Amino acid sequence: MDVIVAEKLTKEYNGKVAVRGIDFRVRHRECFGFLGPNGAGKTTTVNMIYCLSPVTSGRLTVLGMEVQKKPREIKSRLGVVPQENNLDPDLKVLQNLLVYANYFRIPTATARTRAMELLEFFDLADRADDRVDRLSGGMKRRLTIARALINNPDLVILDEPTTGLDPQARHLVWQRLRRLKERGVTLLLTTHYLEEASQLCDRLVIMDRGEILEEGDPQGLVAKHIGREVVEVGLGRVECTGQFQPAADCGDTTAMIVGRTNHLLRGHLAVGDSLFLFPRDNGQTVLQALQGMPVRFSHLLLRPATLEDVFLKLTGRGLRA
Amino acid sequence: MKSLDVSPLVWQVLRRHLIVFSRNWKTNLSFNFFEPLLYIAALGLGLGAYVQPMEGLPYLNYLAPGLVASSAMFATSYECTYGTFVRMEYQKTFYAMVATPVSIDDVIVAEILYGTFKSVLYGSVILVVILALGLVASPWALLVPPVLAVGGFLFAVLSMIWTGLVPNIENFNYFFSLIMTPLFLFSGVFFPLSGLPRIIQTLAWASPLCHVVNLVRGLVLGRVHAALIWDFMWLVTLTAVLFPLPLYLMRRLVIK
Ligand SMILES: Nc1ncnc2c1ncn2[C@@H]1O[C@H](COP(=O)(O)OP(=O)(O)OP(=O)(O)O)[C@@H](O)[C@H]1O
Ligand SMILES: [Mg+2]
Repeated sequence: MDVIVAEKLTKEYNGKVAVRGIDFRVRHRECFGFLGPNGAGKTTTVNMIYCLSPVTSGRLTVLGMEVQKKPREIKSRLGVVPQENNLDPDLKVLQNLLVYANYFRIPTATARTRAMELLEFFDLADRADDRVDRLSGGMKRRLTIARALINNPDLVILDEPTTGLDPQARHLVWQRLRRLKERGVTLLLTTHYLEEASQLCDRLVIMDRGEILEEGDPQGLVAKHIGREVVEVGLGRVECTGQFQPAADCGDTTAMIVGRTNHLLRGHLAVGDSLFLFPRDNGQTVLQALQGMPVRFSHLLLRPATLEDVFLKLTGRGLRA
Repeated sequence: MKSLDVSPLVWQVLRRHLIVFSRNWKTNLSFNFFEPLLYIAALGLGLGAYVQPMEGLPYLNYLAPGLVASSAMFATSYECTYGTFVRMEYQKTFYAMVATPVSIDDVIVAEILYGTFKSVLYGSVILVVILALGLVASPWALLVPPVLAVGGFLFAVLSMIWTGLVPNIENFNYFFSLIMTPLFLFSGVFFPLSGLPRIIQTLAWASPLCHVVNLVRGLVLGRVHAALIWDFMWLVTLTAVLFPLPLYLMRRLVIK
């Protein structure tokens, strides 16, 4: 049975639509991602899943129960890592876990054992008696994730688990999340890091302005929309050589490039002063064709295709726009 | 309005507050009886030397039970305005709690009970102090803590209504200057209301603090009479009527 089922799920804040009738299903034991820019509606969706925000319309069941009907039962089997850390600053590190365990009615002895294990798992054991505000950003995030696991949840919801962390701290979190997945925990995460999405997610949806634009596995989406490689052409400061007349604007140059390479491409995308060419099969031949033109581009790059290209193609905007 | 959704988890939330309280109770307590002691010294002993006996009592003996009631109610009011707001808005503790089986109603009721706890504790500490000063005249005083619980619950509800209506830390001082201070001055803590113009007496009777003061003073001095029942009933009735309001107002702030 699917862990989360959303049908025509809609959320309005005072008449302003934040989530627009979305449908998705999260399967047992998978890592499911919501990838989208600021304001896409990721947090709003997540808040409805863990029964914080009431659903405006549509259907939402979590672990087989409707969110409107059984919030306490659902929440007892969830772990939640909110976008904003809300560790209890009045309590020390270990106490944060123990007091949280009380909210799940976990017996004290069990809670203590589990809390120590979790601190160990997240490399925080030597900080057990520290005040929370003495922890670094990465440690706070790890403690928040540890806290979400205190009740051995069936589903863990992570709202931007690594935003604001440095690369090293981020990789540490990713490692731990992979280990959780190996243990059979279903994960739902939101992110605007495409690398995070491609590293962790089995399946994901791309969300923008309250809507789901696409759904699939990371490689599949890239293969479907872009292909294997991308040739990135910088049109910022184009210098013309030989007889070629200076281009009036990027549009002319774009038309010229696309005109001459069209037979080698499966598609292209112009965003600002960058032109992205999606080679049909061999990126190298496209590159050569461009190098043969009487124009010197501000940059010219052949690279593997990523989710960011998919996002760009679907929305016409960058992920962190 | 959505019906009340309270579970025994209220106790677990309250327990969290008590754990935090137990970590720094010494500082908390000593600061809180500093102020009433100042009043006792300055007004009871200093000013008291110049004023006539009130209701047949030396001024110090008259004043002391009033201060038990007022300090208790102030302790609750601070907790359920500044304390509650900091937990909700700055620490986001409420949001952490409601991500567990705890409901928002559990959280709010636990806040009210914690405010109540503060009034019982702080009022009782002052009671012990005035007992040590020889200002408690009757074993009826043993009933003061339950009275403080009833009054404290009401003041917790009142303060949470303000917090829910004006959720802005800059405006909490208005609660104290516009509501708590007038109550403090015109509820029979410092002087009997019987000397005031009729209209002010009637207004004062609407003051919840006035009834807490009447009850506490009656018990401390052993002047227990049937009319005290009305003070008690007044507190209970007002609490019952107002109780749904903070729930409605606070839910609105957290659940969006
Ligand atoms: N409490 C609220 N009241 C009114 N509007 C809100 C509220 N919370 C979110 N919104 C609006 O809903 C939309 C979606 O916001 P949401 O926080 O879900 O986006 P997000 O994808 O999580 O973005 P981010 O990456 O910035 O966290 C935005 O337009 C936002 O302004
Ligand atoms: Mg968000």
